[in-house]
Amino acid sequence: MSTRAERIKALHKAAAERILIMDGAMGTEIQNFKLDEAGYRGTRFKDWHRDVKGNNDLLALSQPDIIRAIHADYIAAGADIIETNTFNAQVISLADYGMESLSAELNLAAARLARQAADAAENKDGRVRWVAGAVGPTNRTASISPDVNDPGYRNTSFDELRAAYTEQIIALIEGGADIILIETIFDTLNAKAAGVATLEAFDVAGVKLPIMISGTITDRSGRTLSGQTATAFWYSMRHLRPFSVGLNCALGAELMRPYVAEIAAVADTLVSAYPNAGLPNAMGEYDETPHDMACAIEPWAKDGLVNIVGGCCGSTPAHIAHVAEHVRKYPPRKLPQIAPKMRLSGLEAFVAG
Amino acid sequence: MTTTSFPSGAAFINVGERTNVTGSAKFRKLIEANDYPAALAVARQQVESGAQIIDVNMDEGLLDSEKAMVTFLNLIASEPDISRVPVMIDSSKWVVIEAGLKCVQGKPIVNSISMKEGEAQFREQATKCLRYGAAVVVMAFDEKGQADTKDRKVEICTRAYKILTEEVGFPPEDIIFDPNIFAVATGIEEHNNYGVDFIEATREIKRRFPLVHISGGVSNLSFSFRGNEQVREAMHSVFLYHAIKAGMDMGIVNAGQLAVYDNIPAELRERCEDVVLNRRADSTDRLLEAAERYKAGGGKKKEVDLTWRNGDVGSRLTHALVHGITDFIETDTEEARRLADKPLHVIEGPLMAGMNVVGDLFGAGKMFLPQVVKSARVMKQAVAYLQPYLEAEKIASGVANKPAAGKIVMATVKGDVHDIGKNIVGVVLQCNNYEVIDLGVMVPAQKILEVAKRENADIIGLSGLITPSLDEMCTVAAEMQRQNFHVPLLIGGATTSRVHTAVKIAPNYTHNQAIYVTDASRAVGVVSQLLSPTDAKPYVAGITAEYIKIRESHLKGEQKKVRLPLAVARANSFKIDWAAGIPAAPTFTGSRAFKNYDLGKLVDGIDWTPFFSTWELAGRYPAILKDNVVGVEATKLFRDAEALLQRIVKEQWLTANGVIGFWPANSVGDDIVLFKNDKRKAELARVFTLRQQIAREHKGPSGRERANTALADFIAPRESGLADHIGTFAVTTGIGEEAALEKYFKTTDDYGRIMLKALADRLAEAFAEHLHMRVRREFWGYAKSEKLSNEDLIGEKYQGIRPAPGYPAQPDHTEKSTLWSLMDVEKSAGIKLTESYAMWPGSAVSGFYFAHPASHYFGVGKVERDQVEDYARRKSWDIATCERWLSPVLNYDPKSAAKDTGTNKAA
Repeated sequence: MSTRAERIKALHKAAAERILIMDGAMGTEIQNFKLDEAGYRGTRFKDWHRDVKGNNDLLALSQPDIIRAIHADYIAAGADIIETNTFNAQVISLADYGMESLSAELNLAAARLARQAADAAENKDGRVRWVAGAVGPTNRTASISPDVNDPGYRNTSFDELRAAYTEQIIALIEGGADIILIETIFDTLNAKAAGVATLEAFDVAGVKLPIMISGTITDRSGRTLSGQTATAFWYSMRHLRPFSVGLNCALGAELMRPYVAEIAAVADTLVSAYPNAGLPNAMGEYDETPHDMACAIEPWAKDGLVNIVGGCCGSTPAHIAHVAEHVRKYPPRKLPQIAPKMRLSGLEAFVAG
Repeated sequence: MTTTSFPSGAAFINVGERTNVTGSAKFRKLIEANDYPAALAVARQQVESGAQIIDVNMDEGLLDSEKAMVTFLNLIASEPDISRVPVMIDSSKWVVIEAGLKCVQGKPIVNSISMKEGEAQFREQATKCLRYGAAVVVMAFDEKGQADTKDRKVEICTRAYKILTEEVGFPPEDIIFDPNIFAVATGIEEHNNYGVDFIEATREIKRRFPLVHISGGVSNLSFSFRGNEQVREAMHSVFLYHAIKAGMDMGIVNAGQLAVYDNIPAELRERCEDVVLNRRADSTDRLLEAAERYKAGGGKKKEVDLTWRNGDVGSRLTHALVHGITDFIETDTEEARRLADKPLHVIEGPLMAGMNVVGDLFGAGKMFLPQVVKSARVMKQAVAYLQPYLEAEKIASGVANKPAAGKIVMATVKGDVHDIGKNIVGVVLQCNNYEVIDLGVMVPAQKILEVAKRENADIIGLSGLITPSLDEMCTVAAEMQRQNFHVPLLIGGATTSRVHTAVKIAPNYTHNQAIYVTDASRAVGVVSQLLSPTDAKPYVAGITAEYIKIRESHLKGEQKKVRLPLAVARANSFKIDWAAGIPAAPTFTGSRAFKNYDLGKLVDGIDWTPFFSTWELAGRYPAILKDNVVGVEATKLFRDAEALLQRIVKEQWLTANGVIGFWPANSVGDDIVLFKNDKRKAELARVFTLRQQIAREHKGPSGRERANTALADFIAPRESGLADHIGTFAVTTGIGEEAALEKYFKTTDDYGRIMLKALADRLAEAFAEHLHMRVRREFWGYAKSEKLSNEDLIGEKYQGIRPAPGYPAQPDHTEKSTLWSLMDVEKSAGIKLTESYAMWPGSAVSGFYFAHPASHYFGVGKVERDQVEDYARRKSWDIATCERWLSPVLNYDPKSAAKDTGTNKAA
C-alpha cells in the first residue's frame, strides 16, 4: 500500500494525465438510510443532552459502517477523490449540538474511515484513491453582519475561525487525509482563516499537503454570498498556491458554467467543479438525472475548462458514474500562462498595469 | 525636457488618500467623533471619484488605532460600493496592520513593513503578509534609519528584495517599494536633491527588479509650501511627471486635486521643475518668489479662475469636460444647442471634440482616471440636458410614431467601465429610430445574452476601452455560439480593431458575423444594412469574406516570424573599419537656428513624386506628366501646384524655420552617447537605437553575410577612442499654413486646401534636403567638394544619411524628444511635439545626421521581446510602455508574450 508521499506524487501525475473524479453528496446518501434520532445517537451518545438528528458528521463515530459504505459506493462509481464526512466538524458548527469537545475526535475518525475505504480499494485493484479532508464554511460569516441594524457587528472572528479550523485540520491530517479541501466558500474571509489554519496545521504536523479551494457562487449574480466575483475570489485565495481552485454547490451545472469558465481563464492552477444535481424542485429535492447532469458537465471537459469534476448536493454514486463515463474521453484542462502582475481584489478584481 | 509626455501615466495606480487620518483633518475629526456614517461617505466619494484602491490609516495618537481600523474595515465590508475596490491597510504599527488583515476578504496591500527593527522582524511580518494573502509596501528603512540618498534607497530595497523573494517566497510582483519622498525646497541645502534621489533610485530599482512596483507619498514633497495649494499641486504634478517616467507606478495622491501637467503656467512649471530636479542653485528662492504670485487671493482660499468663461462655447465645453466642471454645463450646452441645426449635432460636434481632447490627454498620461471619470460625468449631464430636445426632434420628424426599425442590446463588457462611446452610439441609433437597450457597464456575458434572448434583440453590440475587454468580447462571442444565437454582433471601442475582430472574435461565433464598427458615425450605416431585408445577406457575406482575408494575411505574417536573439543580432552588427578613419569634425558643436529661411531656395529641390501620390496618382515625376492614363490630370495638377507655389513664395504665406546641431558622440552598445564637450566625459544626452533581428538566411549581394544593423553601428564606438560626431536637425515650412488656409481658402474649397497642405509638406522635405546638403558641404563640411544634380540629390546619392525617428531605421517616435531638448526646437524653430510625438505644424521634418560613408538607410523591421525588454531597460520604461510605443514593430503579440514570461507560478 502506498504512503502519503507516494500518493501525493501520484496525484500530481494523475492530474497531468486525465480529468480526476471527485465523489458526490454525502448527505443525500445518508438520507437513504432514513436514520431517526436513535440511529444518529448510536450507543455512545444515547444519553446526549441534546437532539443530534441531522448531525451527519457525528455518524463517523455513531454509524461508522454507513459512512464507510458510502465511501465505498462512490469509489465503486469511479471516484478518484473521496471527501471526509467532516463538513461541519469544527467547534463553531458543532456548538449547535453542544459537541464542541468532540471536534478533533470526529475529524480523526472520519478521516480514518475514508482512508480505510480508499486503502481497501487500492489493495483490491492497485489504483490510488485520495482522501480529501473536507473543511466547510462553518455556520458563521466573518465579513457579513448577522444584524442588519449593526453592519459593523460580527458573530465570529478571524482568530476564532482560525483556531477552530486548525484543530480540525490537524486531526484530518492525523487521520490520513492526502488533501485539504476548503470548500463551499461563501465568505472568503472564512476561507482565508482556513488557509492560515491549514498552513499552521502543516507546521504542526510537519507535512505539506495539496490544498484544494472551492468557492460557491450563490446565484446568477456571479458573486459569492459575501459579494466577490469569481476572479476576485481567486485573487483572494491565490497566495495559498493551491493544488486546485474551483466551485461547488448552490448551482447546477448549466448555471455554474460561466463561472467555471471565468475561473478557468484566470487560474494558473488546476480547476475543479462539482455542481449540485440541478436546482432543488418545489419539494426541495434535486431531480436532475445522472444522465442529464453528466451531459451538462461533459461540455466543460470538451471545452478544456476543468481538471477535476464531481458532484455536490443531490448527486449520488449513479451521477458520479455517469459523469466519469462522460468526461473520460477528454484530456484535462491545460494550465494557462498568467503574466506575473500584482493582482488584488476587493469585491472585484484589480490587476496592476 | 519641454514637451515630452507622461509615458506610463495611464498605468499609474492611484491610491485614494482621503480615508487617512494623518492626511485628512476632516476624516480624522469624523473618526475622533465616532461619526462612522460620515467617514464611510468619504470612502464612498473617493471610490466614486476613481480611486482604484483606498488607503485606510488610523494612526493618530489619541485614537485606539486598532479598534478604529477594525470598525472601519468591518463597516466598509457592508458597503459594496466601497468594498468593490481593494484596501490598503496603512499603519506604522504592526498590530494595527494584522488586525486589519483579519477583516478583509479581498487581497489587500499592507502599507508598510520595513527593516527598521531588523531583518528577523521584517522576515516574520512578511511571512504573515504572505499567509494572510496581501501585497506589501516596503519602506526604504533599515536599522540605521530612513534612506535619503539614491544609493541608500537602492541598497536597502535590494536587500529587502532578496529576503522577500529568496527567503520568504514573496512573489516579486506583489512587492511595492516606497523609497521615501522627502520635502524639497526647505531652505536646507542637503534637502535639495531629495527629488532627484527618489527619481533616480526608482529608475535603478525598476531596472534591477522590473516586476516590483514603486510608490510614494507625494504630498511630503511640497511640505514647505503648506497653504499654497496651487504651488503644491504644481510641484506634485511635475514630480509625478518625472517620477513616473523613471518607473514610479503607484502613489498616494489626491488625484482629483492634481494639476494637469500641461495646464501649469509655464513659469511655475519651470520653477517647480528646477526644484524637483535640483537644476539650479537658486531654484528654491526662485520658486518661493514665484509662489507669492500664485498665492491667489491671499493664500486662504484659492480664488476660482473664471477667465475660461471668456472663450467661445466650444472651448468652454472643452474646458468644462477637461476640468470636470459641471457649474455651467447646462448654460453652455443650451447655447451650443441654439447654435446648432439639430440637438444631435451638439453631441457629435463640440461635446465629442471636447471628449477627444480628454481622450488624448488621458492616453498621454496627462490626465488621471478620476479626472476622466469626472469628464464623463460632465458629458452625461450635457447629454441628459439635450435628451428632451432629442425626443422632441424625433417626434417632430415623425420618427417617433413609426415602429422601431430594430432592437439593439448594447453593453460595455465585464471588467470595463468606459461607456462614453457606447452611449453616443446609443443616442445616435435612437435618433435613427432604433430601439436601444443599454445594459450599462461591466455587464457579464450571461446577462447580455439573457436580455438579448428575452428581448428578442436583432443585434448585440459590445463596447470596451481597455485591452482586457478584448478577451471578454471573445468570451461573449463564444457564449453566443454555444447558446445558439444567430444575430449579428457589433464590436466597438477604443482598443478594438478590425484585425482583432476578424482574427480573434469572429471565429468564435460562426452563426452570424462579428463586425467591427470604427466609430459612432458608422453605427447607423452598419445597423441599417444589417437589418435591411435585401442588403443584409450580401453585406454580411462581404464582411465575412473580408475577415477571412484579414485572418489569412495575419496568419502569413505570423509565420514569417523568424527572428534572432538580440545577442546574436548584436554579434552580427554592421562592422565599419574604424581604423580607416572617420569623417572630419563639424565646423561647430552645439546648435544653430535658421529663421525665416528663403523659400525660393527650396523650390528647385522639391521631390514631386510623393506630391502626386498624395493625390493618389501613381507614377514617377517627371514621367508621370506624360503617362497614358494619368498624364493629363497630372499635368493639370502640376500647373496648379506651380502657380500656387509661386504665390506662396512671393507673398510669403509660409515661414521656413530650421535648426541644426552637431555633438561629440560615440556609440556604447546600441546607444549613441552625446557628450557635453570634446573631453567626452560628461554625458549630454543619449540616443537609443533599435537593431534588426531578422534572421539572415542568404548572403547579400557582396557575398558577405548581411548584417543586423542599428543606427549606433554608424558612430565610432567609445572604445575606438575616435572623436566622432552626430548631427541633429528639425525643419518646418508649416508656420503660417493655418492662417493661409483661413485667409485664402473657403472651408468648402477642399482642392485648394489639400493643395496648400501638400505643397507645404513638399517644401518641408525640400528644406530638410537643402539643409542636409549645406551640412555636408559647409557646416559639417565632410563633403566640401560634393557636386550632384538635383535628381541625384533626390536619389540620395551622397555621403551620409538623415534618418528620422518614427521611420524604418528608428521606429520609435519618442526619440524626437531628445532632438527637441538638444536643440530647444520649440523655441528655435517654432515646432512643437504633441503628446504622441507628432510634430506641429505637421509640415516638418526632424532627424539625425550620420556622416560616415558606410552609413545607409535600412528598416529595423520587427523586433523580438528580448530587444523590447532591453530597450525598455535602457529607456527606463516599463515593458508595457515600450510595447505601446513599439507596437507597430513588435514581432509578437504582447499579450501572449507576457504570458510566456509568467510561467512557473503555479502551485
